[in-house]
Amino acid sequence: MSSTLSTPRAAATPVVLSLPRAILWLASAAFAAVALYYFVGVDQGATSVFGNDAHIHEFVHDARHFLGFPCH
Amino acid sequence: MERQLLARGALVGIVAGLVAFVFARVLAEPLIDRAVDYESARDDAQAALDRAAGLPVEHEHADIFSRGIQANLGIGVGVVLFGLAMGTLFAVAYAVCLGRVGGVRPRSLSLLLAAGGFVGVYLVPFLKYPANPPSIGHEDTIQQRSALYLVMVLVATFGLVVAAAVGQQLAPRLGTWNATVVTVLGYLVVIGVVMAVLPSTGELGANVREYGRHATETPQPLRDGGGRIVFPGFPADDMFAFRLYSVGAQLLLWTVLGVGFAPLAERVLRRGGAAPTAPVSVSAR
Repeated sequence: MSSTLSTPRAAATPVVLSLPRAILWLASAAFAAVALYYFVGVDQGATSVFGNDAHIHEFVHDARHFLGFPCH
Repeated sequence: MERQLLARGALVGIVAGLVAFVFARVLAEPLIDRAVDYESARDDAQAALDRAAGLPVEHEHADIFSRGIQANLGIGVGVVLFGLAMGTLFAVAYAVCLGRVGGVRPRSLSLLLAAGGFVGVYLVPFLKYPANPPSIGHEDTIQQRSALYLVMVLVATFGLVVAAAVGQQLAPRLGTWNATVVTVLGYLVVIGVVMAVLPSTGELGANVREYGRHATETPQPLRDGGGRIVFPGFPADDMFAFRLYSVGAQLLLWTVLGVGFAPLAERVLRRGGAAPTAPVSVSAR
């Protein structure tokens, strides 16, 4: 399997991404993903971003149940 | 580099969501339909009882989307978007962990993180607040249930991050094996305490007032004035199958994520010239 038996540790950690440089991308991506999680799973149940409307909730209704989120 | 990882995470997430959707469409949808039928039949029985008792009867509101849309397009879009969200978060975690979590190879890291995602985002919260088919869950408790569920998700995932950090601190002193055992035990104890402290859904105030003390919100049999059962409680076999398939779908989704992302990430790392001594960085081949 491994061709580098002599230096296994070096093989294990090939790269460290410079976080300060990457932080904007990583943070934006994480924020977008959490927002998506919120709209698929939580919005228009306990709370709602777009006011008193149930379109998102009703559209992803089956997915919400199946993915384990609490539903009405 | 981080953009390439993110794009691949999102891509694999969508694929994972599609796989889980097919699973859901084939296995879960018949159950969801049965649960919806149970719910309407039960509502009818309740209305008949109310009418017989001279109580006002609630009127049903019209559905915004038909069952056909919900059962095909809706669940597809929902599950795929969930996959996209998880794939993206997964890639963020992967980028942060790369090279910071000790002797883990790029491919193994992908599998470990996917396992962590499955456990933290889904499995541990599921153990306390399991997935429910339609007709289970009372309108009045949705706020509390959502809050409780999200608390479980936060505790379970954040707990994993803390456990990983603590484990790394302990590893030089205790050795990797012992450090892992200690950290896993610690995680289980903390999660156990949190689960013991948080209320079950049946214990929420609105439920106790209206239905008495039950462990969950699963509909009990309907009884008429004389105490005779006139409509059965929710079928236990459907409940079991629904929950089993729910776990199966998540297991599938996270497995596809972990297994699918691993080679893609490795290719990005190799091409990115991450390590000046290129052959070393691809030793996991």
